[in-house]
Amino acid sequence: MGIYDVITGNDAVAWGARLSRVEVIAAYPITPQTTIVEKLAEWVDKGEINARYIAVESEHSAMSAAMGASAAGARAFTATSSQGFLYMFEMISWAAGARTPIVMAVVNRALGPPWNIWSEHTDALMARDTGWIQFWASNNQEALDSIIQAYRVAEDKRVILPAMVMLGGFVLSHTAMPVKIHDQNKVDQYLPPYNPPHYVLNPKLSEPFAYGNILFPWDYVKVRLSIQKAMENSIDVIKRAAREFEEIFGIWHGDLIKEAYTDNAEMLIFALGAVAEQAEATAESLRKNGYKVGVVKVRITRPFPKQEIAKLANKVSHIIVIDRDISFGWDGILAGEIKATLHEYKVDTPVTTKIMGIGGDDILPSHIEKAVKEIYSK
Amino acid sequence: MSGNTNNHLILPISKPTKGAGGKTGSWRVFRPVIIEKKCIKCMMCWMYCPEAAIEVHSRSEVPKINYDYCKGCLVCKEVCPVNAIVSERESE
Amino acid sequence: MVKTILDELIETDEFLLAGNTACPGCGSILALRYVLKALGKNTILVIPASCSSVYQAIYPKVSFKVITFNVAFASAAAVASGVKQALIKKGYDDVNVAVWGGDGGLIDIGAATVSGAAERNEDIFVFVYDNEAYMNTGIQRSGSTPPGARTTTTPLGKIVGFKKPMSFLMLLHGVPYVATASIAYPTDLYEKVKRAREIKGFKFIHILSPCPPGWRFDDSKTIEVARLAVETGYWILWEGGYRNGKINLNLSPPSRPYKDPSKRKSLEEFLKYQGRFKGFDEHSLKKLRDWIDYQWSFIDNFTRDHA
Repeated sequence: MGIYDVITGNDAVAWGARLSRVEVIAAYPITPQTTIVEKLAEWVDKGEINARYIAVESEHSAMSAAMGASAAGARAFTATSSQGFLYMFEMISWAAGARTPIVMAVVNRALGPPWNIWSEHTDALMARDTGWIQFWASNNQEALDSIIQAYRVAEDKRVILPAMVMLGGFVLSHTAMPVKIHDQNKVDQYLPPYNPPHYVLNPKLSEPFAYGNILFPWDYVKVRLSIQKAMENSIDVIKRAAREFEEIFGIWHGDLIKEAYTDNAEMLIFALGAVAEQAEATAESLRKNGYKVGVVKVRITRPFPKQEIAKLANKVSHIIVIDRDISFGWDGILAGEIKATLHEYKVDTPVTTKIMGIGGDDILPSHIEKAVKEIYSK
Repeated sequence: MSGNTNNHLILPISKPTKGAGGKTGSWRVFRPVIIEKKCIKCMMCWMYCPEAAIEVHSRSEVPKINYDYCKGCLVCKEVCPVNAIVSERESE
Repeated sequence: MVKTILDELIETDEFLLAGNTACPGCGSILALRYVLKALGKNTILVIPASCSSVYQAIYPKVSFKVITFNVAFASAAAVASGVKQALIKKGYDDVNVAVWGGDGGLIDIGAATVSGAAERNEDIFVFVYDNEAYMNTGIQRSGSTPPGARTTTTPLGKIVGFKKPMSFLMLLHGVPYVATASIAYPTDLYEKVKRAREIKGFKFIHILSPCPPGWRFDDSKTIEVARLAVETGYWILWEGGYRNGKINLNLSPPSRPYKDPSKRKSLEEFLKYQGRFKGFDEHSLKKLRDWIDYQWSFIDNFTRDHA
């Protein structure tokens, strides 16, 4: 039947992994992700989930082990944040090239030095070039549901790419919210077992072959650019996965994006994850005060929802992008990508970058209102 | 999906092949030659060939060097206990 | 006719195919040839960046007749752990999962990864073919380069550092199987791998693999150099592990005579063939002898206290 409970974002992620019937978990602790792997360990030890649990000695090994498990045909899961994410970075890239549809939860956390454990999006955004599909959860329900959707998308035979699901450190990971924990049978209906269509490391199931030995540049081009093609395919797959999720579970988180208050908006605010929910709440009150502001939650950053964003931008006279991240020497990362998208689609709506909430600094409704009112006053 | 429906999944997968590095016999400067009547069929040359380029099917036959792939390292010549292997310079 | 091990070897398949891109006289592929004969086709190799990544040859062909997964440098033992755990979950727990890599990938950059897999007692093999430097990238020193050896990053000989005693470290992890081997004794290697196959848990086999271009000796001398390494006491063949509450270390037959230093050939016999030891000074010679003494001392102490 499914149950309602008030749980943290991390517990929601753990439930997502459990309901997805993950088969191999590679676990390494790092604040603020740790309670994910702790919850999973508890369930494994109690026999509530039937997964192999590898308590690896580093994040680099966590991604390595998850990749090995996936390549051998198992549904693999891991989780990390910040420094751990950066430590495993070469393996993140390798996993995409190995076409292993792992799902990883990334609990966003600021980078050091100096040490900081609070929410910032720069960590996961740094992997936007690696070939991973990127989901951003804006609340705990979405965190749980996005894990399930992520497996569905990643394992789709038109895609076969790993996917990461982001949730804000402490803001979501350690904040309890009401969440519907779905019925296992419904999830099984939505998410079939993983059956690798492309290769499997198992001599009982496959003739011998080698994966990834040296090749010449002209062959590398074809192999690597097929990842781009898979990304392009994933756009429809993501949309369909979200639609079918709504049909079965009755919940809609958006597909590539989710709009709020965009009808006859004059200005749009773009943001990721929990920041978008914050913006939405602020937009509600701004609307009441006569500001025609809408919010676009960018739910997926890879593949980047260019068409959807260009279309919405075309209808308004100004855009604010809230970036809880920064690319030093460049811009807010989301803002930079949106600006490039608008240029590509010949949309000349002005875009203002607002870098906010770096290092977990508060993003308050008053900050967002101020940004909106500033633009209006010009 | 239009065209080749698998072009999103072009994989770097290779199949086991003898001579995967080409005809490595062309690397040779010197070639080892087994003098059959001296050979005592001890199998040392076969055992120590790093390439598995010396072939043998049983202990009653003189091993045969596969010159398509023999790289001419001459380890076989060194390990032969009865000096039944000589080296000849490759012509041209 | 009595079937000997030689018959057995002749009858088993070759999984290492001729016409690969290894250097002529390569010690590593000879070792792999025997490891694969012992493991058989029910095997997956996980290979980090190393000479073995390259001597597989070029896509779309490969010189190994077993499933091979190429992975990033430090990751092999962790990838292998993941592969094995997945196979266990799926009900295929008798598949051999083996890491095959060099001293660079498994003793230096991958040391923590190997150590972690050992600590968890993952049911995998880790084979190190030790050519005592980063050979694939053109002969740079590694933690396994012996004192005094010349490499491109120790042009005057390795002055800083010892030779990391990885196999002793593995033994001290309490894993059920640790062994050393040398390509000069392929039947010893073959039988060790066959014995290891019977054991569930972490298995570490460290194979000395002389490298003609890296150690600077003639291609044809690979076996001679590998044999002298054992005969001078430089490289010790042993087998051991922690099983049934006891930790043991046993010298393998080829090395037993050399427990007695007077039976060892003079170290110069080993050094003379190798250009990497040219211009070897007194200080370096002493350090090298120290390292040899260190190894024998460890073995003596170990076998005395834990016999």
